[in-house]
Amino acid sequence: MTELNQKDRLKIRRHEMPVQDAVIRRGNFDEVALGYPEDLARREAERCLQCKEPKCVEGCPVGVLIPQFIKALREGDIISSIQIMKVKNNLPAICGRVCPQERQCEGNCLLGKKGEPVAIGRLERFIGDYELAHRTCPIERAEKSGRRVAVVGSGPAGLTCAVDLARLGHSVTIFESLHSPGGVLTYGIPEFRLPKRVVQEEINYAIGCLGIEVFTDHIIGRTITLEDLLSGYDAVFLGTGAGLPQFMKIPGINLNGVMSANEFLTRVNLMKAYLFPEYDTPVRIGKKVAVIGAGNVAMDAARCSLRLQKIFGIEDGEVRIVYRRSKEEIPARREEVVHAEEEGIIFDFLTTPVEIIGDTSGSVTGMRCIRMMLGEPDSSGRRRPIPIEGSEFKMDLDTVIMALGTSPNPVVFFDAKGLERTRHGTVVADPETGRTRMSRVWAGGDIVTGAATVISAMGAGKKAASDIHKFLINNERWL
Amino acid sequence: MYRILKKEALSNLVKSMVIMAPHVARAARPGQFVIIRINDTGERIPLTIADSDRKEGTVTIVFQEVGKSTMHLGTLNEGDEIATFAGPLGHPSEIDKYGRVICIGGGVGIAPIYPIAKALKEMGNYVITILGARNRALLFWEDKMKDVSDDLIICTDDGSYGRKGVVTEPLKEILDRGNDISRIWAVGPAIMMKYVSLVTEPHHIPTIVSLNPIMIDGTGMCGGCRVLIGDESRFVCVDGPEFDAHIVDWDNLLSRLQYYKKEERLAIEHWHKCRLDL
Repeated sequence: MTELNQKDRLKIRRHEMPVQDAVIRRGNFDEVALGYPEDLARREAERCLQCKEPKCVEGCPVGVLIPQFIKALREGDIISSIQIMKVKNNLPAICGRVCPQERQCEGNCLLGKKGEPVAIGRLERFIGDYELAHRTCPIERAEKSGRRVAVVGSGPAGLTCAVDLARLGHSVTIFESLHSPGGVLTYGIPEFRLPKRVVQEEINYAIGCLGIEVFTDHIIGRTITLEDLLSGYDAVFLGTGAGLPQFMKIPGINLNGVMSANEFLTRVNLMKAYLFPEYDTPVRIGKKVAVIGAGNVAMDAARCSLRLQKIFGIEDGEVRIVYRRSKEEIPARREEVVHAEEEGIIFDFLTTPVEIIGDTSGSVTGMRCIRMMLGEPDSSGRRRPIPIEGSEFKMDLDTVIMALGTSPNPVVFFDAKGLERTRHGTVVADPETGRTRMSRVWAGGDIVTGAATVISAMGAGKKAASDIHKFLINNERWL
Repeated sequence: MYRILKKEALSNLVKSMVIMAPHVARAARPGQFVIIRINDTGERIPLTIADSDRKEGTVTIVFQEVGKSTMHLGTLNEGDEIATFAGPLGHPSEIDKYGRVICIGGGVGIAPIYPIAKALKEMGNYVITILGARNRALLFWEDKMKDVSDDLIICTDDGSYGRKGVVTEPLKEILDRGNDISRIWAVGPAIMMKYVSLVTEPHHIPTIVSLNPIMIDGTGMCGGCRVLIGDESRFVCVDGPEFDAHIVDWDNLLSRLQYYKKEERLAIEHWHKCRLDL
């Protein structure tokens, strides 16, 4: 291809990514977004203006060398592109699929000021998938340091921290409470958005290349305490996330048919309930489903509900998102909202439940809701929803899924004296280094921030790994 | 993978297995439970720890074959392995010197009451044990329980062994005789624990029950096991499994236990069909 000038580049429109048709995909758990083929990826890469001071990189929590990887890609040097990517990000096939790019790299892209930003996320995914298929770039580890680090939790934060430390030559052991590593990537995000094959291959490859030891079925706080770990390891990183689901404090929350999004998604993703009875774990889905909340987890739960209705042969099913603010404030990734709308999810904005109603057998039959209006901005900067008096109405339902966020699981804190926590239950840690108030213990990801994104957890895992490394090689004393 | 070292039929429906799981054995205490999963397509089910041996690195589980997973588990043999054995989970029982205590085990609940009674006995309590089962064939561990009890009363619903009747009858008699009982534990079917609670409540004797709701991860992540304790929704896996019987919302627990009955039947049918196809 001849070298284009800036003007030519500006003329190229952003390339759509092929997706599975909305009508068909509602009935299966196969991946929705199919990824760019190589020619589309290279053409999209041509759009990048190679800014001298790239704003996109500033928007990336792990600082991926975006212009450089895109340049190598459009020159057809995919292997270099992968190497550049892996300097900062070991899991591009995952990040390309789940990052909220519109608020990070793509949100900062110069092209986005007047038109559409470069599809950085889709290019990242292309690079990640290419590497997954061809394995051109083995992960190398430095000479053994002789130092041992325990990483608790194998989600995005723990995994990133473990991989970075192992690359630097430290001996790393991961402790995971569930039977399969990956954390939210495994139990939370559905197959159709992030295939489990991608997650397991990425994890197994990194673990295999680096000789990381993984103990599943180990619940820190119960199987082993933090104190135990500190006596066997030079440093401990806590990346146990925010797994404890929150329920609304309204009547009827314990009725049959009301569940947390975590329960629903765990049944569906981790336990494969959509394949029941081939898989043992069942899941119930009703004809009329309401998901409360509008984050990524809510979108995932709603879209899983719709698929289960089709798979289980429930006709004329309805799935709605009930959200107390308006469309503008939706916290979910934009692509997920678009996909949910295409698939036929109903959105009830400015609506909040006040009571869940059940029958005499203890099962959900409906929900009393109230309409809201938006007032002045609150501490989050978003306009605060205020109930409209006298606007109550009843919604007929048989399934209610609560997707209202999560807080850190308290189990990890048993016998962890000295670990300071906030009143929200999160761990107090230095945002730049991940150091907690407990000697030789670092923390990062949702356990520190509360429920956030995969990539911000990875960013925290990276920062902590670099600080742990510094601590270990300098033989620092914890002050 | 976790190897089954020993398998024993305790009755025609109840089996015990000794599992090699040093990570659990090291920390296990009376009242705690494990989550097991048989294989890659299996579900995660909670089972109370019946015994453990730190030196040998083993944990004993006891289960009644009621659903697909327990039936499947019952077909495995010594030397076979299971995919998941996670724990110990939940808070251990609060063992202390209370004085005179009653330990009630119903059905398969006899297994988890054993380590509690044993620990209470070792602490110097006077332990009265009441065991109940539908019939003689379902009864087990009489000798083991005798060793850790000062008094042992056995009831069967059909009168085929011990007293004819349910555990609440001897319990009521003991409590009516006088109020020197300082604490009561009851482990068994939810309906039994509910009636034990109703009997002890007027006597204001602290009564501890070990609840057995449906669980998925068992680590505090899903809230599927939530129960109403007083007015509060609590997670049995992290806040329990033991609670004050007098403030448990029993009807809510009983109704939630029924929620997946249809699927449980389907799973059993599918399991039988698969076995016939082999």
